[in-house]
Amino acid sequence: MAGMETLHYAFDGGRALPPFAPALVGVVASGNLEVLVEPAAGTGCRIDVDTSARGFGPIWEAVLRDFHARHGLGGLVVSIHDMGATPAVVSLRLDQAISAIGGATP
Amino acid sequence: MTTVADSPWTRQRGNRAARLARASALAGVRAKTVEAGAIVALLEALIEPGDRVCLEGDNQKQADFLARALTQVAPARVHDLHMVQSVLSLPEHLDVFELGIASRLDFSFSGPQAARLAQLLGQGKLQIGAIHTYLELFGRYFIDLTPKVSLIAAQAADAQGNLYTGPNTEDTPAIVEATAFKSGIVVAQVNEIVDRLPRVDIPADWVDFVVKAPQPAFIEPLFTRDPAQISEIQVLMAMMAIKGIYAEYGVQSLNHGIGFDTAAIELLLPTYGERLGLKGKICRHWALNPHPALIPAIEAGWVESVHSFGSELGMEDYIRARPDVFFTGADGSLRSNRAFCQAAGHYACDLFIGSTLQMDMQGNSSTATLGRIAGFGGAPNMGADARGRRHASEAWLKAGREARSGLSGARGTPRGQKLVVQMVETFREHMQPAFVETLDAWKLAEQAKLALPPIMIYGDDVTHVLTEEGIANLLLCRDDEEREQAIRGVAGFTPAGQWRDRAMVERLRQRGVIRRPADLGIDPRDATRNLLAARTMRDLVRASGGLYQPPRRFRNW
Repeated sequence: MAGMETLHYAFDGGRALPPFAPALVGVVASGNLEVLVEPAAGTGCRIDVDTSARGFGPIWEAVLRDFHARHGLGGLVVSIHDMGATPAVVSLRLDQAISAIGGATP
Repeated sequence: MTTVADSPWTRQRGNRAARLARASALAGVRAKTVEAGAIVALLEALIEPGDRVCLEGDNQKQADFLARALTQVAPARVHDLHMVQSVLSLPEHLDVFELGIASRLDFSFSGPQAARLAQLLGQGKLQIGAIHTYLELFGRYFIDLTPKVSLIAAQAADAQGNLYTGPNTEDTPAIVEATAFKSGIVVAQVNEIVDRLPRVDIPADWVDFVVKAPQPAFIEPLFTRDPAQISEIQVLMAMMAIKGIYAEYGVQSLNHGIGFDTAAIELLLPTYGERLGLKGKICRHWALNPHPALIPAIEAGWVESVHSFGSELGMEDYIRARPDVFFTGADGSLRSNRAFCQAAGHYACDLFIGSTLQMDMQGNSSTATLGRIAGFGGAPNMGADARGRRHASEAWLKAGREARSGLSGARGTPRGQKLVVQMVETFREHMQPAFVETLDAWKLAEQAKLALPPIMIYGDDVTHVLTEEGIANLLLCRDDEEREQAIRGVAGFTPAGQWRDRAMVERLRQRGVIRRPADLGIDPRDATRNLLAARTMRDLVRASGGLYQPPRRFRNW
């Protein structure tokens, strides 16, 4: 999409989850985002971001690094479609998505 | 007459008499009543060059007809006026400077005109005396900024000139008292002239002239927040405020700033607050405009009293039906009073919670941004420790104990402290960080040649900073470094937040200086809009039993 920025991140050394069905949370709307979590082979955690807000790579990296440190999950791929959500909303949606696949730490 | 004017002790009265004599000779002026068409001539007869003039511009109610008339006087006759007024809201409030009618300004708030004010100042079209808080400006009306002529707005007058202000009394009593009792002149625009007023808010002998305006005075519904726009993050922060601060301190009396953050708290009291068993234990007494978002809490029996600075359009019938909660006249309608409510908010409330645009690492906050001189309004009076307070309450004592523990001498003498909470999401819209190393206010002070940066709430008055990441309790910080790290520790992914000393932030968390949602037993995933007692404007109307009638622009059904 014109004007969108695409960012890719990968984190290693996560705890692999038991098999799970893909989960989708959030909506693609202004100030919001959609998060899709799907299973993948291995222990890596790949995160692909499509965002309408250009130039925030370093903040995305910090938010996603924090997410990975919080849950420590592997064997999954996360796809994000963002429409200018704040980091607070991004973190909340990621936590909701992890809950939805049963990967939340109590 | 001659003897009065000649006495060196009664010059002001003599001058007043001369002005009144000039006015009474005009066509269209009969005793106190002035025809709308004669208003410009009246102002030219009454106002002298260099006069201090108060043009009633309140937070909500505007003397808009008189404002327009003042822009039409001949600058050759009326010039160099010193305008003293709390709010600059209408274009006319600045037109008088552009037209060479006025040259000096003392005020409190200029939100809607902030950019143009900065522009005119840059062009040398006006001089600013100072940017005040409301109580401070009202105070100066009685000391060194007493108006010579005040142009005010009321709902109705009777033939004698008694005034009924309606629910939006706001600043009127403070302005009229300062003017009328210091040989000044009061001109009132009214929407109607009636035989019998519902009640008298301003007695006739404090009023010199009354003019029926062709259009009713403009009133802005500033405090209506559509619950449909409240986000999950705001719900989360509201949960943290209720559980982590209101319940923790047992806050009984409070003021809420304007905005969606605090509207979320109001809408969570009857749901989340009820679930925590807090009804009757917190939030019983309010200094607050009649926020529609408070309706569900009132209906659920949480609220014992609300005193208001102004009113809110659409709330008239609801207020009328709830006189046990609101301050109302014998006629049934709200009596607001900005000066008294500001004093009440300052001295009689345990807590103020509000938002800001920028906060620095000392906790200073400001809504001034480059190119805009927005002023303060009431937040600094609410958001400052009341050093003159002497009555004790649980919340005030606990805050004071936390602030003074370990101190000795004068600074350790037991006393309470007001809770001043700044509630901000770490990033505002368009990804503007709310936390910054240096406030724009500093640069603005330089540009506008102000004596001090326009700081809205000083860091040493702030007791808690609440963001989606956690609550920083600044009362428990023992030095500047702890304070800075406590703020960075809740500043999220803003650059200021990422600059934190992680080890120190963790130590502050162990000590309870910083508390994360998890530390409060709050799971962010529970923060859904389902917790809001009303999720739409229509829900608010329903909660009020149909008594609340939102202005058209807030209706989408």
